Amino acid sequence: MAKILMKGNEAIGAAAIKAGCKYFFGYPITPQNELPEYMSRELPKAGGVFLQAESEVAAINMVYGASGAGARVMTSSSSPGIALKQEGITYIAGAELPCVIVNIVRGGPGLGGIQPAQSDYNQVTRGGGNGDYKLLVYAPANLQEMVDLMQEAFDAADYYRTPVMMVGDGMIGQIMEPVEFKESVSRFELPEKDWATVGTGNKRKPNIANSLFLDPAELEKHNVKLQEKYATIKANEARYETYNLENAQLVAVAYGTTSRILRNAINELKEKGIEVGMIRPITLWPFPEEAFDQIPASCKGLLSVEMSMGQMVDDLKIVSNGRWPVYFYGRSGGMIPTPAGIIGKIEELIGGAK
Amino acid sequence: MAVVFQKTKGLTDKQTHYCPGCTHGIIHRLVAEVLEELGVLGEAIGVAPVGCSVLAYEYFNCDMQEASHGRAPAVATGIKRVHPDKVVFTYQGDGDLASIGTAEIVHVAHRGEKITTIFVNNAIYGMTGGQMAPTTLIGQRATTAPLGRTVEHSGMPLRVSEMLATINGAAYVERVAVNTPANVRKAKKAIKNAFQCQLDGKGFSIIEVLSTCPTNWGMTPIDALKWLENNMIPYYPIGNLRTPEVEE
Repeated sequence: MAKILMKGNEAIGAAAIKAGCKYFFGYPITPQNELPEYMSRELPKAGGVFLQAESEVAAINMVYGASGAGARVMTSSSSPGIALKQEGITYIAGAELPCVIVNIVRGGPGLGGIQPAQSDYNQVTRGGGNGDYKLLVYAPANLQEMVDLMQEAFDAADYYRTPVMMVGDGMIGQIMEPVEFKESVSRFELPEKDWATVGTGNKRKPNIANSLFLDPAELEKHNVKLQEKYATIKANEARYETYNLENAQLVAVAYGTTSRILRNAINELKEKGIEVGMIRPITLWPFPEEAFDQIPASCKGLLSVEMSMGQMVDDLKIVSNGRWPVYFYGRSGGMIPTPAGIIGKIEELIGGAK
Repeated sequence: MAVVFQKTKGLTDKQTHYCPGCTHGIIHRLVAEVLEELGVLGEAIGVAPVGCSVLAYEYFNCDMQEASHGRAPAVATGIKRVHPDKVVFTYQGDGDLASIGTAEIVHVAHRGEKITTIFVNNAIYGMTGGQMAPTTLIGQRATTAPLGRTVEHSGMPLRVSEMLATINGAAYVERVAVNTPANVRKAKKAIKNAFQCQLDGKGFSIIEVLSTCPTNWGMTPIDALKWLENNMIPYYPIGNLRTPEVEE
């Protein structure tokens, strides 16, 4: 199929429909509005249902109901709206229901702003809602990667029976890029949803979608089972890209569109004879720990580059485990890091500037 | 020997956790009998709330989902939009529906969602130990209104059914009580009408059931039934508030 020029939010919608998404429940919030608008126009043509809910809270609970009833379902929002959805997300995780949640991140805290940011890192990797659960979180760097990952996101959600989040900083939602919708074969063998609540037909015992376990021993057992599932996801689903690691004096870590700016900075530094490597997490959880084992002995430190105020630094310290000092460079509030800003920080750290 | 009575197939054999004298048991039975009599038990998908009836999913013998507090109508919306041919209902108390879940219940009616809600109003939060609800009567004591509810502090009790009856999408709205055998029979008829309304695709249907909470009201079950009749029915009049227009 030929490449088409699309806006990010619309490409997300097109990719979701192509991945078999049949139901979408959402609520307006900038900068993701083109996504529900696209779904309201295109999903009925694909035999699905779009519904605008009365709130983000209601939308995520509609997702719970639809997913529990066996449907391939999605919702989308932006940071403050995702905060409102956290209640529903932890119930979905607890009841082991599959769904895809798109988060087009904007600046915070509070009402914050409407420009691109990555300040939901903690919100999406640390749970957000109550209890011991994890989301599988993808953070594509461009629209093609986002489109390519969408099928995987829905398949992984069904396979693991777990909520999956697709994170795009505001730029991923608003940017226009050429995308190609490729035919892909699922790498998962997806079982029948024999747990779904579709009516017993008087032929079997009732199915129940539920996250309540009043018996402490039962709840602990449930939690142990969830942790085993998360361990499998951690072992199998971590994704990353490395760039210019060989002879790197410093390894910078960035995800999403920030990684594209970092790549330009690394190329400019290379021309000056300064070797900086990049690790780009494609999954934020599981964090791609394995990538850090490929860092060469020449490396003197890690640098987290973010459109947030150092939220990824904790993960770098955990994965470093004392191997390297960890530094931070970031902008926030919708201000975008520049190659010059990143280069300035790196030269300050490894003494390139005179 | 002829069988003159047997338990409905709409309920499981699980013993309920309800307090002695609580009317949830009666209301569960009415809903289950109606589902069985309409022949839709195998097509039914119910949504349980948070509150005393949080474990309803263990008692109804049909597919069930457990919702978060107040969100049952949203969960039911998700189910019904996926399976428009199934019979979807929520079973909610007054804390769940009339307080934390007001947005969800108003908008499920607003959309005319073709589901049925059983709204059990006992004028108090039962499960959490007797706190004041939006439906708690003036002067009624609660653990968070120890001197009794006052208008100045908390306003007048919320009449949810009257409010919902103003919404076009709410096709069938009726308030019933389960304090006497006669009222129990009327309640069952109303519940059946509500599910029939859903089967006919007329829109949203809700039955508010005035119920007792002997434990948190601090009364014997019999005194509680009398208190319901003397205090709740005068403020929450029983009867039909909205019924679908008959098509010519």
